[in-house]
Amino acid sequence: MRMPKPTAFLTSIAVFASALTLAAKADEVHVLNWKGYGADEPWAVAAFEKATGNKVVNDFFNSEQEMLTKLRTNPGLYDVVMINAAFNDQAMAEKLIQPIDVSKIPNYADISPDKAGSPMLARDGKVNGVPWVWGLTALAINEKSFETPPTSIAEMWNEAHKGRVVIRDDAVEAVQFGAIATGQNINDIKDMEAVKAKLTSLMPQIKTFWSSENDWNQMVASNQIDIGTYWSGSADRAKTHFKLPVSLVIPQEGAVAWLDAFSIPVGSKNVAGAEAFINYMIDPGFYVEWVTKVGAPVSANTKAVEALPEDAFNRKVMGDPDVAKRIQFQAPITDAQREAYLALWQELKVNVK
Amino acid sequence: MAGQVAVGSRSGLRSALPLLLPAYLWLTVAIFLPLSAMVFFSFMTDLPLSGKAWSFTLDNYMTFFSQGLYPTLLLASLRLGLEVTLWCVVIGYPAAYVLAKVLKGRSREAIFLLVILPFWSNGLVRIFSWAMVLREGGILDTALNAALPFEINIDLMYSYPAVIIGLVHSYVPYMVLTCYLTLQAIDDSLIEAGRSLGASRLQMLKRVIVPLAMPGLVAGAALIFVPVVGSFMEPRILGGRTGTFYGTIIEDQFVAVFNWPLGAALSFILLAVVLVMLALASPVLKRAA
Repeated sequence: MRMPKPTAFLTSIAVFASALTLAAKADEVHVLNWKGYGADEPWAVAAFEKATGNKVVNDFFNSEQEMLTKLRTNPGLYDVVMINAAFNDQAMAEKLIQPIDVSKIPNYADISPDKAGSPMLARDGKVNGVPWVWGLTALAINEKSFETPPTSIAEMWNEAHKGRVVIRDDAVEAVQFGAIATGQNINDIKDMEAVKAKLTSLMPQIKTFWSSENDWNQMVASNQIDIGTYWSGSADRAKTHFKLPVSLVIPQEGAVAWLDAFSIPVGSKNVAGAEAFINYMIDPGFYVEWVTKVGAPVSANTKAVEALPEDAFNRKVMGDPDVAKRIQFQAPITDAQREAYLALWQELKVNVK
Repeated sequence: MAGQVAVGSRSGLRSALPLLLPAYLWLTVAIFLPLSAMVFFSFMTDLPLSGKAWSFTLDNYMTFFSQGLYPTLLLASLRLGLEVTLWCVVIGYPAAYVLAKVLKGRSREAIFLLVILPFWSNGLVRIFSWAMVLREGGILDTALNAALPFEINIDLMYSYPAVIIGLVHSYVPYMVLTCYLTLQAIDDSLIEAGRSLGASRLQMLKRVIVPLAMPGLVAGAALIFVPVVGSFMEPRILGGRTGTFYGTIIEDQFVAVFNWPLGAALSFILLAVVLVMLALASPVLKRAA
């Protein structure tokens, strides 16, 4: 008579536990994004959860490759993924993401037509990614080191800054930066030797290769660097949020522009929640709060940008038609190109020793 | 009862099996299987994970020899390993000697604790603490300038010495621990006997203590040399533009370009080189030990 007791107890626990997990699964939105990049802001998550009843579960990646690997190895886990538009094609070709029904995303109508119509995101009448924000990989300066901000990319090569220049430890970014410095199209580099020579001559100037926003901000805070490549959103964040003497410079030679977009992975268990989350992420209300509280790149939603004050950096500088003419948007890169870029970059880094 | 004991001792392996099984099972699951998977990957053109067609190839291994950059970096990493090991001996061995033979009781426990303390903190925390100390205007720079009457400028951050300092700090406890164990096992009466026969301190060290402590030194050196050659975190964070080593380019292959086959091949070349070095050194070390 005493035997069934533990069995019954265990069974009831198992049933209870599985019921619990099922109940939790139904309204969870699993989001995959860079850490500290809007989607995981506590106030934003709280506001979204309150408005929709969905629970947000954030997961992070440190590189686009890691993001793709996480999608490949965890099918069905994620409901929303943030993908650089240049990687959207690859994710679609590998059947990692699915087309999005934009009629369920009211704010989609306000996305600027050139971003929404980007051939990297919209294909054959289907929308594979909802443009979220865009920004630049340009230069940023330590304001303490300059009387007047430089206008040319050549400042990176200026002898006066020897040992006080930084560049990101990323082969693609470095090669595309070299392409701009040699006056080439970043998506169709004809003269790779020129890029190599230009970057080789930059190496003696370099203090270190940064890899995270934190690296950059710490070096400025301790006054160790003068100038370096930086992301526009990060420069804004360094200034507004961390009160550092950092300002962005968009050189006359141009800058690399990127477009980040949200997609819904194949096998998502909560597509409705994902659509609601994406809609919230491109909402002007969220965007203005993000810019004000934290600092952010430029929203792809025209209404969101218009909701910013007249003199806001993301409206005044980034919205300047003159800037739009200078920047070049990153197009997809093949694996062969990426490996060639890495080989070149590694060779440069080794020869510096 | 007696019969059972006799059976048990006749087949020593059978009675030892239940004791060995967990360890070997763990080794198989946690080390042997993933490592074999990596060997398999290193002969492939592409990962099956990425959904593309793949075939077997030797190209990944050929890449190492066709591009001068990989052998150059491997040599740089081997040199780094030797230097760090040397510094660990220089710093760790005397410390172990003092712990084992000079200090007793509470003071020994306290010093021992200080030696092991770095093990209890996260590796990244240790490296970032060093970054605060070593940089220009950092703790070392400020402290020295406050104490010294003249101005000096110390900026060790983002340099080769910074990498050495970070690595030595991380690995010196291994040397202290292995040397301590062998030094402690040396019978004090041997030392007294040597003294009473008129050996000087230096002779004692050369003829008695160092030879008897050799197994600990060798074990410590091997424990330090192997991971340092493949290290990537310390060089990347502390080394700045001089921080490119063999370990960091393997990391790049895995993380930055998702070329696991090449990364795996480079890792196994490193493993092979380290094994060959240990094999070549083993007769010398055996004689010494």
